[in-house]
Amino acid sequence: MLILECPYCGVKAEETELSPGYEAHLKRYGPGASDDEFESYMFARKNPKGVHFERWRHVYGCGKWFLAARCTATLEVFGTYPAQTSAPPPDLIEAIKAKRPGWEGYK
Amino acid sequence: MKRYSVFAIAREALRHHTGWERAWASPLPKKSYDVIVVGAGGHGLATAYYLGKNFGITNVAVIEKGWLGGGNTGRNTTIIRSNYLQDPSAAIYEKARSLYETLSQELNYNVMFSPRGLLMLAQTHHEVRGYLRTVHANTLQGVVTEWIGPEQVKKLVPIINIDGPRYPVLGALYQARGGTARHDAVAWGYARACSEMGMHIIQQCEVKGVTQENGVVTGVETTKGHIGTKKLAIVVAGHSGQVAEMAGFRLPVEAVALQALVSEPIKPCMDVVVMANTVHGYMSQSDKGEMVIGGGTDSFNNYTQRGSFHHIEETLRALIETFPMISRLKMLRQWGGIVDMTGDRSPILSKTPLGNCFINCGWGTGGFKAIPGSGWAMAELVATGQPGPLTAAFGMERFREGRFIDESVAAGVAH
Repeated sequence: MLILECPYCGVKAEETELSPGYEAHLKRYGPGASDDEFESYMFARKNPKGVHFERWRHVYGCGKWFLAARCTATLEVFGTYPAQTSAPPPDLIEAIKAKRPGWEGYK
Repeated sequence: MKRYSVFAIAREALRHHTGWERAWASPLPKKSYDVIVVGAGGHGLATAYYLGKNFGITNVAVIEKGWLGGGNTGRNTTIIRSNYLQDPSAAIYEKARSLYETLSQELNYNVMFSPRGLLMLAQTHHEVRGYLRTVHANTLQGVVTEWIGPEQVKKLVPIINIDGPRYPVLGALYQARGGTARHDAVAWGYARACSEMGMHIIQQCEVKGVTQENGVVTGVETTKGHIGTKKLAIVVAGHSGQVAEMAGFRLPVEAVALQALVSEPIKPCMDVVVMANTVHGYMSQSDKGEMVIGGGTDSFNNYTQRGSFHHIEETLRALIETFPMISRLKMLRQWGGIVDMTGDRSPILSKTPLGNCFINCGWGTGGFKAIPGSGWAMAELVATGQPGPLTAAFGMERFREGRFIDESVAAGVAH
C-alpha cells in the first residue's frame, strides 16, 4: 500500500486517506494562449515510467493539496513537499539523483 | 500449416499426438520490413492479420518485448459488448463484436466466443435514464440492445438480489449477443494466422529507440538489433507513452493499473455477464467455473501491473450485496494490467507527427472487446495512410479541436 507523508500535518497517510491528482507543476495557460500551449496544458502528459512528480490531496485529513515525488515503476516514494512552488525542491532532486543515478533530472 | 479439424484430432489420436505443429514460427528478424507493428497483443496481431488479409501486405514483423499476448490481452476479464453511447464508439465496437461472431471459423482457431448475453445493471435512477438513452442511441446505430426490468433481470440471473437496500436493481441494459471469448486464444489464433501468411512474430525483442530521417521513420532499434521499416504501427497499450517518447511526440494518455480477480471454481450459477457500474464491479463465470471479477482503476500513474488492495475490497464489498452467495467464495488469484487512459475514455487510432508512423492506443479499460475491429481499422489506416470511416473520429487531433468522443460520461466508470 502506498504511504505518503503529508507535508502540512506530518501524518503518514496511506492511500485510502488520500486523493490522487495526477501530474504536478503543469504550466497553466489561459485566454490568449496558442492552441499548442493550451493543448499541452489540458491533455499532453509526461506519464513517465520512473520518477514522477504528482499532486495529492490529504482528503481525509487536513484537506490540503501537496506534491509528491514517486517512482511509477516501483511505487517507491522519494519525498513530499508543499504545493506552493512551481518546481521540485533542489534537495529532493539531489536525493532522487543519489537513488537513481541514470535519471535525467527534472524537466 | 495443417488445419485444425475433427479429422486432425482423429489422426493425431491414432499417433499419440506426435504430429501437431508449432502454431507459429519464431524467426530471426530480417534487415527490414514493409510494416513493423510494435506490440504482439491482440490489437497488434489483429492489425498485422488484417494488413495481410484485407490489403495483401505480408512483409510484416510484429515485435514484442515480452511474450505474445502477455500484456493486457492476458489480463482482462474477456468481456465483449458494443453498447456504447457515441456513434464512432458504437461503430468500431460493433464491428469488433460482429467479427468475433465468426472469428473461430475465420482463423481456424477456437477463440471460444460465447455470446451469452450481457447485462449492465442500473442501480440508481441516474443510471436508468442513462441506459434508456443508450438503448435509443443503439437502436439508431443498429446495435441490438434492449432495456429490461428488474423481474427480467432476476429471471436471467437467479443469484442476484434485486432489492438492495443500498444498490437496488432498477433494470438493466441488455445486449443479448454480448458475452465473452477466450482471451489467450484470440492472440494465439491471430498469431497463427499471421505466421501462416509469412509474417514474422518476434518475441523477447524490446524496442529501445525509433530511428528517423527528415521526419520519416526508418526503423527501430531493438534488443535484437536495428530493424528497418517503411511504416511503423505502435500498438503497445500501457507503454504507449514510452514508445511515443522514443519517436519524439507526446500523447494525451496516462498509464494506471486496473485489477481483476477470480474465485475458486464452483458449479455453473450464472450464464450471463453482469456489469454493475455504480459499484465499479463486473462478473461472469468462466468455463472452468471461476467467478471472474473486474474492478475499478487506481487513480495514479503506475507501471507495476499490480493495483491497490483497497479497490478489490471496495468492489467485492459492493458485489456481495448484489450477489449474496459470493460472500463465502475464496478468491484464488488477483492481478493487474497497465491501461492507457485518455481524457475522453475513447481510443486513439491516429496518424502521428511522423509521416509513416501510426498509433493505436488509449483503449483504457475496455480493449479486449475491440480487438478485431481495432485491428481491422488500424490495418486500413496503416495500409492507406489515411483514416477510414471507422478511424476518422479517433485521431488524436480531436483533443486540440475539442471533438471528444465522450464515453467517460456515457459509461460513468471503467468499461
